Amino acid sequence: MMGRGLWVDAWRRLRASRVVLVAMGIAVAVTVLALIGPLLSPYAVDTLDWQHLAIGPGRVASHWLGTDRLGRDLFVRTLYGVRISLLIGLLASLVSLGVGVTWGSVAGYVGGRTDEWMMRFVDVLYSLPYLFIVIILTTLFTRGSLTVLLLAIGAIGWLTTARIVRGQTLSLKRREFVEAARATGVGTPGIIIRHIVPNLMGSVVVYATLSIPQMILFESFLSFLGLGVQEPLASLGSLIYDGAQEMESSPWMLLMPALFLVTLLVCLNVVGDGLRDALDPRDR
Amino acid sequence: MRRLLGTLPTLFCIVTVSFFIVRLAPGGPFDQEQSIPAPIRANLDRLYGLDQPLGVQYAHYLKGLLHGDFGPSFKLRDFTVGELIAQGLPLSSTLGLAAMALALLVGIPLGVLAASRRNSPADLGITAAVMLGIALPGFVTGPLFALGFGLYWHWLPVAGWEEGSPRYLVLPVITLALPVMAYITRITRGSLLEVLRANYVQTARARGLGEARVIWRHALRPALLPVVSYLGPAAAYVVTGSLVVETVFGLPGTGRYLVQGALNRDYTLVMGMITVYGALTVGFNFLADLIYGWLDPTVRHE
Repeated sequence: MMGRGLWVDAWRRLRASRVVLVAMGIAVAVTVLALIGPLLSPYAVDTLDWQHLAIGPGRVASHWLGTDRLGRDLFVRTLYGVRISLLIGLLASLVSLGVGVTWGSVAGYVGGRTDEWMMRFVDVLYSLPYLFIVIILTTLFTRGSLTVLLLAIGAIGWLTTARIVRGQTLSLKRREFVEAARATGVGTPGIIIRHIVPNLMGSVVVYATLSIPQMILFESFLSFLGLGVQEPLASLGSLIYDGAQEMESSPWMLLMPALFLVTLLVCLNVVGDGLRDALDPRDR
Repeated sequence: MRRLLGTLPTLFCIVTVSFFIVRLAPGGPFDQEQSIPAPIRANLDRLYGLDQPLGVQYAHYLKGLLHGDFGPSFKLRDFTVGELIAQGLPLSSTLGLAAMALALLVGIPLGVLAASRRNSPADLGITAAVMLGIALPGFVTGPLFALGFGLYWHWLPVAGWEEGSPRYLVLPVITLALPVMAYITRITRGSLLEVLRANYVQTARARGLGEARVIWRHALRPALLPVVSYLGPAAAYVVTGSLVVETVFGLPGTGRYLVQGALNRDYTLVMGMITVYGALTVGFNFLADLIYGWLDPTVRHE
């Protein structure tokens, strides 16, 4: 009942803000466009159209957003970039959610010296210039592999998740139902999995949602530096880098992917802020 | 002084962790040149000490670091890592410090303005701009600025660098400063709004002080504490952001060495970069702590 009340309440407040609704609508529209858009175009992501190299938007009827230096359709490539950004954003959030929840709940529930060491480890990782570590990880281990990229980006997010989860676990483990479970002989793993984790999922999932734009930003950042998604695949970051090289003669190559990335990031940030405000109990 | 010593273990962790990550990765600096015959390869390895056990190499490297020696670069053979970094660092640090200063000098007043006229058009405009500033990464704004101010309006150079010509730094500094500025504005606005509700501020108002005097003399100092704690993360952002900005604007700073070095398996170059940038980040965090203690006397004797 409590949980339901919170979410219904939050949804009502979220709906009240027109800005958040518009942003949510645009984000959904961009996602849908990214999913079905490439199917509508006659070109694949790596089709080379030798007749139409680096033409502007609307110059040739079938290339809606123009083509790049190799004659590849920019509409399709940009939407593929959006797909990859969204995919990595979602999956990396999941990775950091998984690691963070496991780490935080074990540290918090077991407590004592284990807790101390586990959280000290998190502190040390916090103080490292993590983007450097990510850059090094992605360069050294099989560059361009999506799995490595995912793990590397997910590796950043879990630290904060682990801290939040640990804090929640500390207060949950003193509650009566946990004591009851312990009294009936449920083991430590059982209590963590069955009783602790389900009860802290709500707030942690919200945090994970908030971190999606952050993850997308990291992915584009790495791809921009040439360390992320590799040719012939495209990511918004690598498209922006390519576009920046050609902006003197054909600025649309820069503007199109930049427009999509900016729209996506702004909308997701607005939605995230709205979500946080809606769930913030301070204003009640 | 004791706290300054307290930063050393962090730095040591950075060096150690990155040393082993870099070394345990597959591939070596001389792998790409397939034509090297085995004996020469062995000689090369011996010259750079790569034939010794990892632990020995690590001890050797640490000893070098203590003497301020970063070792020779494996790929750019005529230079030591120290020379390479010394060449690029003045430009990189000018860029970073200027961006930080700009972000503070513009961000704090904007935040104060927004908070003191809550819900006015100015406040709404600033809040919207902050949203945009946070969402826009440097690798988007950078090329767009270069396109607009450089290529179309010809106000400023598109990219490149000439010694002693600050015109080349204008766009990079603005690009690097924008997101930090946005965060600082948001933090200042939020915490000032909170402080303005406090009792002693109401008292100051009740004594008949003007609103401007209340804000600048009484409310601003405590309101700046969250901004100061943000300085550490901000420094980390500026350090990594400078990688992108230097790429976008073709500045010959140190940023390119990190990516280039990692791609080439140039161990010492990568390690040198991490050590220097890690020390900068740690140092800035330390500085932020000091300023925090100065602004808030309650944490001074912890």
